Amino acid sequence: MGRKLLLDKAHVDGIRYYDVYRREGGYRSVEKALKTMSPDAVTEEVKKSGLRGRGGAGFPTGMKWSFLAKPEGVSRYLVVNADESEPGTFKDRYLMEFIPHLLIEGMITSSFALGSNRSYIYIRGEYAWIVDILEQAITEAKNNGWLGKNILGSGFDCEIYVQRGAGAYICGEETALLESLEGKRGNPRIKPPFPAVKGLWDCPTVVNNVETIAAVVPIVNEGGEEYAKIGIGKSTGTKLISACGNIKKQGVYEIDMTISVEEFIYSDEYCGGIANGKRLKACIPGGSSVPILPANLLLKTAKGEARMMTYESLADGGFATGSMMGSGGFIVLDETQCVVKHTYTLARFYRHESCGQCSPCREGTGWMEKILLNIEKGKGKMSDIDLLWDIQRKIEGNTICPLGDAAAWPVAAAIRHFRDEFEWHVQNPEDCLKRNYGLAGYADPLKVVTPA
Amino acid sequence: MAEEIKKEAPANFKVTIDNITIEVAPGTTILNAARQIGGDVTPPAMCYYSKLQGSGGKCRTCLVEVAAGSTADPRPMPKLVASCRTNVMDGMIVKNITSDRVQDARAGVVEFLLLNHPLDCPICDQAGECHLQDLGYEHGKEGTRYEFKRRTFEKEDIGPYIQLHMTRCILCYRCTYVADQLTNNRVHGILDRGDHAEISTYISKAIDNDFSGNMIDVCPVGALTDKTFRFKNRVWFTKPMDAHRDCDKCCGKVTLWQRGDDVLRVTARKDEGGEVQSYEGKPGWICNTCRFDTKNTSDWVIEGPTKINRHSVISQGHYVGLVKPKETIAEVMGGRDPKLLMDIHSVSGVNSVEIAALPGPATSKNFIPESKQE
Repeated sequence: MGRKLLLDKAHVDGIRYYDVYRREGGYRSVEKALKTMSPDAVTEEVKKSGLRGRGGAGFPTGMKWSFLAKPEGVSRYLVVNADESEPGTFKDRYLMEFIPHLLIEGMITSSFALGSNRSYIYIRGEYAWIVDILEQAITEAKNNGWLGKNILGSGFDCEIYVQRGAGAYICGEETALLESLEGKRGNPRIKPPFPAVKGLWDCPTVVNNVETIAAVVPIVNEGGEEYAKIGIGKSTGTKLISACGNIKKQGVYEIDMTISVEEFIYSDEYCGGIANGKRLKACIPGGSSVPILPANLLLKTAKGEARMMTYESLADGGFATGSMMGSGGFIVLDETQCVVKHTYTLARFYRHESCGQCSPCREGTGWMEKILLNIEKGKGKMSDIDLLWDIQRKIEGNTICPLGDAAAWPVAAAIRHFRDEFEWHVQNPEDCLKRNYGLAGYADPLKVVTPA
Repeated sequence: MAEEIKKEAPANFKVTIDNITIEVAPGTTILNAARQIGGDVTPPAMCYYSKLQGSGGKCRTCLVEVAAGSTADPRPMPKLVASCRTNVMDGMIVKNITSDRVQDARAGVVEFLLLNHPLDCPICDQAGECHLQDLGYEHGKEGTRYEFKRRTFEKEDIGPYIQLHMTRCILCYRCTYVADQLTNNRVHGILDRGDHAEISTYISKAIDNDFSGNMIDVCPVGALTDKTFRFKNRVWFTKPMDAHRDCDKCCGKVTLWQRGDDVLRVTARKDEGGEVQSYEGKPGWICNTCRFDTKNTSDWVIEGPTKINRHSVISQGHYVGLVKPKETIAEVMGGRDPKLLMDIHSVSGVNSVEIAALPGPATSKNFIPESKQE
């Protein structure tokens, strides 16, 4: 049984409300930080903890905080990115819905570390009811003296505001989020300057994921070094994984990053295996934008080692044979699923969500969607597969923000690992409308090349 | 931005672009440094407009490879960067036409830009002075790999002076910057997102502003064209003349596009880069009165023919202000003229006819040598 730091109290009756949360030991980290620590000491603890951003990129949080410019007389801001819109990812929703005070507590502590007197939660527009939950939590915190002027007599002022987005995936990109928060069209900004220097209203800003900020609470409570003891290597602490797809038990799981992918899928403690007695075909381990992996590469790395649920192990082998931890949206596909259709669905999503600012992403995502639909409907040509490869190659890395990459990677990985399924679709235009390609050799053990 | 650079006298950042080293002022972008070198080294730019703050970075045609970031930190940049929005550092080494990666990415961007473009150049008023046409000519392929229906939009009337063709738009955002920075009230912008994003007014307002016409001048394609010039003439049949008048709203310095003595169109004067010319550091935007309502020759003081870059199709009109390339054959041959087997001028009358000087459209009669006429 792994340790739980974020969700261990999530199912205590009434934890959503202040009284129960406080009784269960809530707001200790604020007391500790404001009364006994300096802002820099908090940042130092976060650095020691090795906490990595939980939003997808996995950038060390302590490092990000220390990059924040601190000019005299200029406000600084903490913005929490709750614009969780990646298909397959729903961990932040769970956290905010069940234990909203954890986020508020983390925000107060983090705001203290960063010197932010006004902090924002930018929340996805579709999470309308969570806004109410958060605002109630903020009111309760304020009524009990955790927000406002001179918190706990420390001289530190902090207010938290919730801002609802209008339902755009792109506003989860940090600079687009800031534009949207300022009331403009949510187009990503061109970096540099980075938000740490010029962010919200041209002031230094830190944008962090909900889970990252929530993780600050156990880090401050237990100390960074204690936190760093959990996990393997540079993947420290616990991670929320939202598992979905053809598994027996879908849901949000908190894992300490020591278990293997196989254990995560098949053990009863977590996903409980593949539903309906089917076999595992493929999996996207970190939300829709990370590369898809066939069963054999998912469970074992190309070197033949067991793949672990850590940042490093999931990325082992680069994009050729690996994937990414991403935002922890674990999507499992069984043998009845069609990878072509699946890739088309994702391409359609990215086409719809591209902001349209830069040309490769605006035009390329739509083109890929149309070609994939053709292949899916049995109207494709063999050359279309190579064309898709060429399009994704020309989008990737040539756009302003990572949405272009996120649109290109799933297509690239699907062609890289499942090319024969694409070819089967092209060669059997009638068959592919009636049945799926099935498991084929995607779960066959890999030949591990042993060095001579 | 351009005028700020001029004020900082000592140019002291050394940057090497395609093996050509130049010294530029700190704060110069790679693109502007390349423009100072000129020629093929200059990356194409569809959305960047030096006179509009905040423009650029969107079209991705100006992507370049930075092989070394600076003398202090000579690491290469992993991704290609938009040269219009990346400032040079001392000792930076940039690869543009010498980089295969750049050529490959640029070919991709050109293909993307033309993917949904209607290619209706034969009926487009912008043809002949269209930056996308130039870009396609220089960097595009002759065919397309796109097999699907091209994107269309519902037509929208944005006012009495400006015609919007959304299908031709490449979403460079320049017109929104014009409305933001030249006028006090922007009523149009980008609606919707992704490949269904469009320029439009909200909600179906007419663009009514004294400087709105400058949107036409900054539009790199034929998405925004002059309604008063619509279908009147091809630009290469008209002769551009520099002219000015006293205007209380703008600088009054314009280019008149004439056919005979008729003024068909008035635009701001453009510099070599195709941008509106600056006078004493201030861009010479013109007002709508000058542009749309002052179309008699008598309203203007005509200064003379506009200098037109010879790469432009407009220069094919053979008119007087054309800057012709220097004849270098004699120079390299040590003063001797080339020995011609046949001088084409002596057998064909075509090359001796000044087409722009003709009162009307050219006919076959104009090309019969005088000696053969009755």
